[in-house]
Amino acid sequence: MNAATLFGLCGAALVGIGLYGLITNPEPLRKILAFNLLGSGVFLLFGMIARRAAAAGLGGDPVPQAMVITAIVVAFAATAMAIALVQRLADETGRASISSDSSDAVDGEGKS
Amino acid sequence: MSIASVFDIALVALILAIGASTILVRTAFAAVVMFAVYGLLLSIAWVRLHAVDVALTEAAIGGGMTGLLLLGAVARSRSDDVDRVRVGYPVRLAAGGLCALVVAGLAIVVLHPPAAVPTLAPVVMENLPPSGLGNPVAGVLFVFRALDTLLEKVVVLLALLGVWSLAPDRAWGGTPGLQVYAKPDPPLIFLAQLLPPVGIVFGIYMCWVGAKDPGGAFQGGTVLAAMWLLVIVAGLQKAPAISRLWLRGLLIAGPMLFLAIGLAGWVFADAFLAYPEGYAKPLIVAVEATLTLSIAVALAMLAAGPPERAQQQ
Repeated sequence: MNAATLFGLCGAALVGIGLYGLITNPEPLRKILAFNLLGSGVFLLFGMIARRAAAAGLGGDPVPQAMVITAIVVAFAATAMAIALVQRLADETGRASISSDSSDAVDGEGKS
Repeated sequence: MSIASVFDIALVALILAIGASTILVRTAFAAVVMFAVYGLLLSIAWVRLHAVDVALTEAAIGGGMTGLLLLGAVARSRSDDVDRVRVGYPVRLAAGGLCALVVAGLAIVVLHPPAAVPTLAPVVMENLPPSGLGNPVAGVLFVFRALDTLLEKVVVLLALLGVWSLAPDRAWGGTPGLQVYAKPDPPLIFLAQLLPPVGIVFGIYMCWVGAKDPGGAFQGGTVLAAMWLLVIVAGLQKAPAISRLWLRGLLIAGPMLFLAIGLAGWVFADAFLAYPEGYAKPLIVAVEATLTLSIAVALAMLAAGPPERAQQQ
């Protein structure tokens, strides 16, 4: 197995880990974190594609690499926007969770 | 097994462990710290994939700036004393199973590459010399896919508009509340006096070498933004009110120049965002220099968040 495939598999696993966190964690901030993890997994898959397409004396295809650079900046902008939304939500409602049964949020362990 | 592959396997194991811990740790603060570490590890992975430009961006923006942003959010939220709400065991099991399916699907794609891997690298290298650039990634960003780069700047500005418009009415046009990060203490103030001269030179250098070697406007701008934030957090300088004209001017200067040169391309080079022959390199450097400033201001303001205090006149 070469390095590109290894990091490709790493990216695939990160997508799964991020997706799991996104689904199971009711705290919005943690959801944003998980989404960033998912995104970086997708970026790594792009890195694998770029590395496999190495040609013309380059270590990788520059087109997917440039796309990932753009994607990282856009992901940052989206994260900043999401965090601002979450904070405004917390300021308005006083709740730090978007779980459906809000009464359980204070008690700790929710029912589901 | 060579040393390089042992290193790669150890790196992947570490990335996966740290990545999983950002999901599994109990407090949001620990998760954010883990995420910053994760960003730095990931940038090493990008170096191993021979993508140094991406590695610099990931370390600066993916790890550093996003980490800073999330730390600020954790400091502002008052949820630390509330025990984390957990979803039930069956839901977690089902989610875990379905996520494993997604991973398996992706892994099958990874393990079965097409017989002939499509690549644009030869085309890029063939058409790079007329632009005068030496870095193929910068060539893609500013020559071949310049429209993507221009629109990305617009996206960053739109996100900033979105963040600003979430400010409460009384704080509109005021200053962002950066004081949540730290109470200025002597070591922080010392650091904020020591680092910026070095950081500013380094940021400008990164922008300048971006034409030839790994680096560029994004990475240089992020370093400049980090220096500015450091000075503000240490209390050496006040955060600017978002209604300041110079601030707004700097924000749009880069994208406006890029757009103007793009429109001029219709007159002088027959296409939107095409550069006249022989003038490509100076025009790109001018765009990159202005963009670096705009990106620095935009990223710093995005990380600073919506205004919280009304402007004091």
